[in-house]
Amino acid sequence: MALPKYTEPHYRIWHYVYLTICGAVFFFLIAPLFVIFPLSFNAEEFLSFSEGMKRLDPDAFSLRWYKDMIYGTKNPWGLAAKNSFVIAIFATIGSVILGTVAALGLSSRHMPYKGLIMAVLISPMIVPLIISGVAIFFFMAKAGLAATHTGIVLAHIILGTPFVVITVTATLSGFDHSVTRAAASLGSDPVNTFMKITLPLILPGVISGGLFAFVTSFDEVVVVLFLAGLENTTIPIQMWTGLREQLSPTILAVATCLIILSTLILVTAELLRRRSERLRGINQ
Amino acid sequence: MSSETKQILTTDGIPLEVSLKKAERKNKIKAFLLVAPLLFFLIITYVFPIGDMLFRSVDDKMVTQMLPKTFKAMENWDGQELPDEEVFAAFHEDFIKLVEDKREGKLSTQLNYTKNGFKSIIKKLRRASKKFEEGNYKEQIMSVHKRWADVEYWRAIQRRAPEFTGQKYLKGMDMYVNEEGKIVSVEEDRRIHRVLWLRTLEIAFFVTVFCFLMAYPIAHLLATLPMKYSNLLMICVLLPFWTSLLVRTASWMILLQQQGIVNDFFVGIGLVADDNRPEMMYNKTGSYVAMTQILLPFMVLPLYSVMKTISPSLMRAGKSLGGTPFVAFWKVYFPLTIPGIGAGCLLVFILAIGYYITPALVGGASGTLISNQIAFHMKSTLDWSFASAMGLMLLSGVLVIYWLYNKIVGIDNIKLG
Repeated sequence: MALPKYTEPHYRIWHYVYLTICGAVFFFLIAPLFVIFPLSFNAEEFLSFSEGMKRLDPDAFSLRWYKDMIYGTKNPWGLAAKNSFVIAIFATIGSVILGTVAALGLSSRHMPYKGLIMAVLISPMIVPLIISGVAIFFFMAKAGLAATHTGIVLAHIILGTPFVVITVTATLSGFDHSVTRAAASLGSDPVNTFMKITLPLILPGVISGGLFAFVTSFDEVVVVLFLAGLENTTIPIQMWTGLREQLSPTILAVATCLIILSTLILVTAELLRRRSERLRGINQ
Repeated sequence: MSSETKQILTTDGIPLEVSLKKAERKNKIKAFLLVAPLLFFLIITYVFPIGDMLFRSVDDKMVTQMLPKTFKAMENWDGQELPDEEVFAAFHEDFIKLVEDKREGKLSTQLNYTKNGFKSIIKKLRRASKKFEEGNYKEQIMSVHKRWADVEYWRAIQRRAPEFTGQKYLKGMDMYVNEEGKIVSVEEDRRIHRVLWLRTLEIAFFVTVFCFLMAYPIAHLLATLPMKYSNLLMICVLLPFWTSLLVRTASWMILLQQQGIVNDFFVGIGLVADDNRPEMMYNKTGSYVAMTQILLPFMVLPLYSVMKTISPSLMRAGKSLGGTPFVAFWKVYFPLTIPGIGAGCLLVFILAIGYYITPALVGGASGTLISNQIAFHMKSTLDWSFASAMGLMLLSGVLVIYWLYNKIVGIDNIKLG
């Protein structure tokens, strides 16, 4: 954004003020995440930079909190990580299947009451989580599914499907329906057409919806707090408990791992989004 | 179609119109069948339970069922003087049954919600009732404690007779039905819920304003920079967006603590004295700062997607027609971004109004919101009907905003970056 040569001085000053403001906001957005990295390697049990760390003394850094996270005797992170992944994977599969199929129906121009149904389908995204938590808890308690993995997976399917519905409907909005008609005219049955023609074309949308569903489930804490028993503990629950009781550096080690995971997910999602836009010819 | 015109027939001899309608209906059913699994799943596991909350919030059968005979006998009581022996006898009968089932504790909790002071006198009555002689229960019950001879307490019991009640909603607004049956506010110093509602609105409003003020310039920068740079800067927006809420809250807890980096910085530049570090966490400041940073991406993304579609030549045209850059911005660019502003602000406001985790961790007592109160009643006091009532009050507020959102932007236009 270079300024033209003829710019008057006070606009020039304003332009630099504007860039400074932008810089400050970007800093505000991203900097807090980077505080966690160095502190997770702290050799001491404090959550602030020690004198040694400020001098970059190698002795002030250690991997003890990572060791504690993995080998710590009383640490529940192993179980929590296992539960988190199992729940998130099943919730993602459920959300993707239900959401994609529903999005196919919603994108059909024959769909009756489209607005109303869409509103119901994405309501779990709009209703505050605390209310969803209370409602889902009442249902699971009645169905005898409270404090079970099944109950939590079902709850996360509820919360995850809106994202799949939205991303897949968006992908389908640029979908050329004549290709499916072509397939049908060549004698392909609908299921075959879907698997061989439609699915490969909308796959980027499906996967990015799936990523949203995965992250939703993996990060979700409000509903799980109502539903989980001791055996169903997840990473967010452990972090929540840890943050409320004692902010230990082990939590920062876990947080660092989570930031790395979210970076990976971000990169995947971005690549998929660009691919999807290229396929739909939106890219300029 | 008039009867004279010849109907167009398909090869099967069916009128084309009928045949098309049939095909149309088939397509409709097909489309609906695809949506049906998710729709029914959500209706059963999500929509009905929210309806269940509505039922729970007004349901007051518990006391009605505990004291059936009492309420029957009370039907003829005008509520002016102490009730007759008939009511006392019926109450005694109901009470003995409750003691046998060990449920008198529940009764005392429930009645205590209506009027303070029932807990102890029910305990006393349970002990005394073992030695009660047959007949003349009015005298015997009244002699247990002087409150049993107070007509106010009997009126309080009578108020629990209906099977449904709106009193949880009144309680959510710090109001109650007084002895004369009028809706009045509780005393000034006990109005905790109104304070919470107002604070929730206040924090949600200001967080939205802060997010808007910070998001507008960077969304503009992202939309006008060449792709090469904007993609790089976009990571600054998207990485926090994808990062766990708890991780981001944790980093704010580290930054804002009294010995934390922000305070160190303030001391370093001499803004505050080392022995007088301000408390920036466990109060409203903590909620504001952390929530603004966490919700900022939700404002940037809709603004960005709208700004991206505005052609830069419009600004150039404005300037070439004699407008200063500020006039061109205000008259041309800004009005075009209003859809994005609406989307971003409503999205952030809706999310902020129902926030729970971050205020609970960094908000302390003065920074908690209505959601925290709901969670408190769900998990600690176990007053689920009150939690339901407050949840539905919050939900109806959100639905109004949602409806506005739909009017202004349309729910189909939600973009997820």
